[in-house]
Amino acid sequence: MTAVSQTATPPRSSAAGDAVPMVSIRGVGKSFGTNEVLRDIDLTVNRSEVVCLIGPSGSGKSTLLRCINFLEVYDRGEIRIEGKLVGYTEDAPRRRLSNRDLRDLRRNVGMVFQQFNLWPHMTALENVAEALVQVRGMDKAAAAAHARRMLDRVGLAAKADSYPARLSGGQQQRVAIARVIAMEPHLMLFDEPTSALDPELVGEVLQVMRDLAADGMTMVVVTHEMGFAANVADKVAFLDRGRIAAFGTPREVFHGSMEPRVQQFLQTYHERNSF
Amino acid sequence: MKFSVIIDALPYLLGAAVTTIWVSLLGVLLGQVIGVAVCVARQSGGRAADMAGGVYVSFFRGVPLLIQLLLIYYMLPLIGIDVPPLVASIAALGLASGAYVSEIYRGALNAVPHGQSEAALALGFPGRSIWARILLPQAFRISVPALVNELILLLKASSLISVVGVAELTRTSQTISASNYRPLEIYLAAGLIYLAINGALALFGTLVERRLQQA
Repeated sequence: MTAVSQTATPPRSSAAGDAVPMVSIRGVGKSFGTNEVLRDIDLTVNRSEVVCLIGPSGSGKSTLLRCINFLEVYDRGEIRIEGKLVGYTEDAPRRRLSNRDLRDLRRNVGMVFQQFNLWPHMTALENVAEALVQVRGMDKAAAAAHARRMLDRVGLAAKADSYPARLSGGQQQRVAIARVIAMEPHLMLFDEPTSALDPELVGEVLQVMRDLAADGMTMVVVTHEMGFAANVADKVAFLDRGRIAAFGTPREVFHGSMEPRVQQFLQTYHERNSF
Repeated sequence: MKFSVIIDALPYLLGAAVTTIWVSLLGVLLGQVIGVAVCVARQSGGRAADMAGGVYVSFFRGVPLLIQLLLIYYMLPLIGIDVPPLVASIAALGLASGAYVSEIYRGALNAVPHGQSEAALALGFPGRSIWARILLPQAFRISVPALVNELILLLKASSLISVVGVAELTRTSQTISASNYRPLEIYLAAGLIYLAINGALALFGTLVERRLQQA
């Protein structure tokens, strides 16, 4: 691991809660059978930071991301969101959290998926409003009004009554983002949000993500968009075979890292994207 | 062939057809409730629920409906439940249909991508909301053709309840032809009435499918 220490002090306000990092991952490991997919991962994400997870496929970056909201169960170490242990109780032989406690934790963590995962039997507006009704307990009218504002924020107010099948991939992903920000999460996780998109549709989704970052949203992004990582991320973590092989600012990782695997990965990336 | 025989019997046959229709309808509704409940229990109720559901499905799919009907009809009084033939019939149709319906929904649920419930989980949905709002509506859409098929099969199978003396279309046809000695005309008329009802059901199914596709 190219040790790039976290000397850059996070921006601090006077609020006492700010001292606790948004996400703190310590010694996390996970195995599928005998296959160790995550080994001894340490990662800290501070409030309002954008952290990109990059690396070759199969390196464990999506698995790590999915451990953060416990869609994937991690076996070793601990993950904390705003100080709260993810997925387990605090007692000594730790037990799995009850479904109710897990739901409370997930309420504050939004997730955007590669395949969008919009619900095809609901309109764009209904997709955004549904969680407000089911999870937040808002009444239908208030949820619809709030959902409409969120669609407007991602530039899709005009598509409120369209079903997902009638939307382009980029529009679907923007609806999926609206669905998440409607819940006012403290943290957003993006799992390769542009990988399923046609190249000409990638830009509109990245723009929405840039706007979110500029508004101070804390984001962890698994991505193959090196331009986004270089320009928007505060920190970049390069994963290789389940370990963080390099971590630091985009400049440090992209230009300063001596790690051969990083070099090789970037080389392949440049070759594929030049003509 | 004497068509006047059919015309004379028609009011009785149509009256009996109404019985056929509502007995089948109640059977289908019961089957839907049982089918969904069994399917959900098997998927999310743990091992014991899954096994109990499995036994239920294999019994009601594996034993002929006529035998099931007779078993229910003769067995319930033995354990002190005295039910009229009509109730036993609806119960038999519903229980048999439920076994098939639960399998239809199981297949349909497998066709709903995993990401659908995952998105809801990540948003913090409670389990019952995921079933009620995300999974079952989509499974239902996928199932419509198979459910219409099931509906038609059940309506035809309802002719079996004639053996316990419910005056539905088949039983009434038997009664009339036994008294006027014109079985050919009467059974032909009964067959055409079944055909007309099922034609209407198929049409209804097509309309529902088309309606759902617009979404």
